Amino acid sequence: MNNVFVYCEIDEGNVVDVSLELLTKGRKLANELKCQLEAVVIGDELKNIEKELFPYGVDTIHIAEDKRLYPFQTLPHASIMKKLFEDEKPQIVLFGATSIGRDIAPRIASAMRCGLTADCTSLVIGEHFDKKANKEYKNLLYQIRPAFGGNIIATIINPEMHPQMATVREGVMKKEIYDAKYKGKIHKLEVDKYVNEEDFVVKIIERHIEAKKVDIKGAQIIVAGGYGVGSAENFKLLYDLADVIGGEVGGSRAAVDANFIEHERQIGQTGVTVRPKLYIACGISGAVQHRAGMDQSAMIISINTDIKAPINSIADYVIEGDISDVIPKMIKYYKKNSK
Amino acid sequence: MKNIRIIVLAKQVPDTRNVGKDAMKADGTVNRAALPAIFNPEDLNALEQALRIKDKYKNVTVTLLTMGPGRAAEIIREGLYRGADNGFLLTDRKFAGSDTLATSYAISLAIKKIAPFDIVISGRQAIDGDTAQVGPQAAEKLGIAQVTYAEEILEVTDKDVTIKRRLERGIETVKAPRPVLITVHSSAPKCRTRNAKFIMKYKHALTVTEMQDATTDYEKLHQNRPYLDIEELSVDDIKADVNWLGLSGSPTKVKSIENVVLQAKDAKILTDSNNDIEEMIKELIENHTIG
Ligand SMILES: Cc1cc2nc3c(=O)[nH]c(=O)nc-3n(C[C@H](O)[C@H](O)[C@H](O)COP(=O)(O)OP(=O)(O)OC[C@H]3O[C@@H](n4cnc5c(N)ncnc54)[C@H](O)[C@@H]3O)c2cc1C
Repeated sequence: MNNVFVYCEIDEGNVVDVSLELLTKGRKLANELKCQLEAVVIGDELKNIEKELFPYGVDTIHIAEDKRLYPFQTLPHASIMKKLFEDEKPQIVLFGATSIGRDIAPRIASAMRCGLTADCTSLVIGEHFDKKANKEYKNLLYQIRPAFGGNIIATIINPEMHPQMATVREGVMKKEIYDAKYKGKIHKLEVDKYVNEEDFVVKIIERHIEAKKVDIKGAQIIVAGGYGVGSAENFKLLYDLADVIGGEVGGSRAAVDANFIEHERQIGQTGVTVRPKLYIACGISGAVQHRAGMDQSAMIISINTDIKAPINSIADYVIEGDISDVIPKMIKYYKKNSK
Repeated sequence: MKNIRIIVLAKQVPDTRNVGKDAMKADGTVNRAALPAIFNPEDLNALEQALRIKDKYKNVTVTLLTMGPGRAAEIIREGLYRGADNGFLLTDRKFAGSDTLATSYAISLAIKKIAPFDIVISGRQAIDGDTAQVGPQAAEKLGIAQVTYAEEILEVTDKDVTIKRRLERGIETVKAPRPVLITVHSSAPKCRTRNAKFIMKYKHALTVTEMQDATTDYEKLHQNRPYLDIEELSVDDIKADVNWLGLSGSPTKVKSIENVVLQAKDAKILTDSNNDIEEMIKELIENHTIG
């Protein structure tokens, strides 16, 4: 009762990264709240899944295994979680902000009449005093996310209606083994007690899932371009630089919207979050939604014609200049000086 | 073939993608009121899917439903100009402060009021919040299946709807029974433009409130052409429980809002000169950041 739950998404028999990141966060929250961490896994052929999960400090794994439960479908997964949550009364439930998490979390929140905050960039425990009701709340989940226009950061709470639910994008939280020898319990659900025939009215006719192509999340060096790059053509400069110094290319949402670069490479609150060793921001102004996805980079270089661009205030090197002059010079001097 | 009654959910949103200098207040915060109000982009993709069904099959009606202040009637006129048949404006002071749960409650009741319906179509998410929650929440409240991230509605039969979905790394085609709620992804085709004939036909489409506020008398015109009425729905009309609406009906509360103040780091400011750039590259190689 009253524990922290994480919905673990399955992709071809493995738990996806964002779920492991949330377990890492969930373990920390559970330690602070002095409660347990529980994982929910729904799918088919889940043998040995516990070996993957226990090291993240999971105390209980709820497993619903049935061939009808993979690939993911909204209705049966929602029915299982709703009943499970009614029985177990979690205080916090976390979902990855993936196409699956963003589909199912609101359905469950509606059924349970609880609050849900999308795309949180930070989750911390705190208290709240409601002046009107003269009521004090301890140990609430602060769900923190950039909001409107990017100039504000909002802290959202759900004081009364629990569970407190939140979604978080992949890469926002760090994934870290808690204890390689950690052992918890397994709770196998009798699937037929949780779903009924009507949960299977939607039929999947066809599926084409491609292997992951670009992996900017794993890159040590990222050359990112914004609207200031000017064209898809100019982005070639960025690819050249990335090639030479061994990095990947990313972009801001404005660059994606302008079709300079594909959506998979978008960095920020509604794209991927990255923490590379080096982030080179080319023609990016640095809106808060963009910074939310890259401000943990170990070193930041900003190339911008506008010395006052907000990105410059978090940069380690600011080069005031046009990308079409600066990038070719960087390539030239890298080639000259590297062995 | 039976009738196909479609309800399109559309929202008027501030154009957060174009926050220009004049939309910033002196203290650096955004002045929402200074942003142009637009038809939420993915709701336009949703409208296009509905209109394509209307092109392809007989006996299709497309009804717009929008929740918002009085001026959101603009969204309905915009939809009529592009080919929708009629529209409802869900508007009431008591909706103010509603989060996504309270909003979906109101919308689901309005849909029940407008019913019967076969397909509800909305955009995946609105650009002022990017939550993507209202569609699935409304589907749950209506007790019907949801199909999210639709890229194309392939077929509608008397029993079901076949939909192609866009996922992160691929596509999936599903068949869902009617009635169903579908949310449409931005990768779906763009909405057609306004049609001159429909602009002529609907340019005086107004809500009752707008008619009362207008200097011209439109009463007569509307009596002869009832299709010009944009019906307003209030909390009472949809028989909503006010405890489920507004701030009190919203489980999420905004605890605090912080303006982002940038803490300046000690950055090295360089010019684009050969010398500056070569020095920087040398430093990066030396401290093993690159190379
Ligand atoms: C809910 C929501 C979610 C969002 N999510 C994201 C997200 O995930 N990721 C994201 O990036 N954005 C996101 N945004 C958008 C964000 O607010 C900004 O609009 C966007 O990041 C701006 O992109 P930009 O910096 O490329 O473009 P701009 O702000 O237009 O900046 C262009 C920059 O290029 C510089 N420049 C111009 N020409 C040159 C040149 N020749 N050489 C060098 N510099 C030049 C300019 O000085 C300027 O600083 C989101 C917005 C909202 C409302």
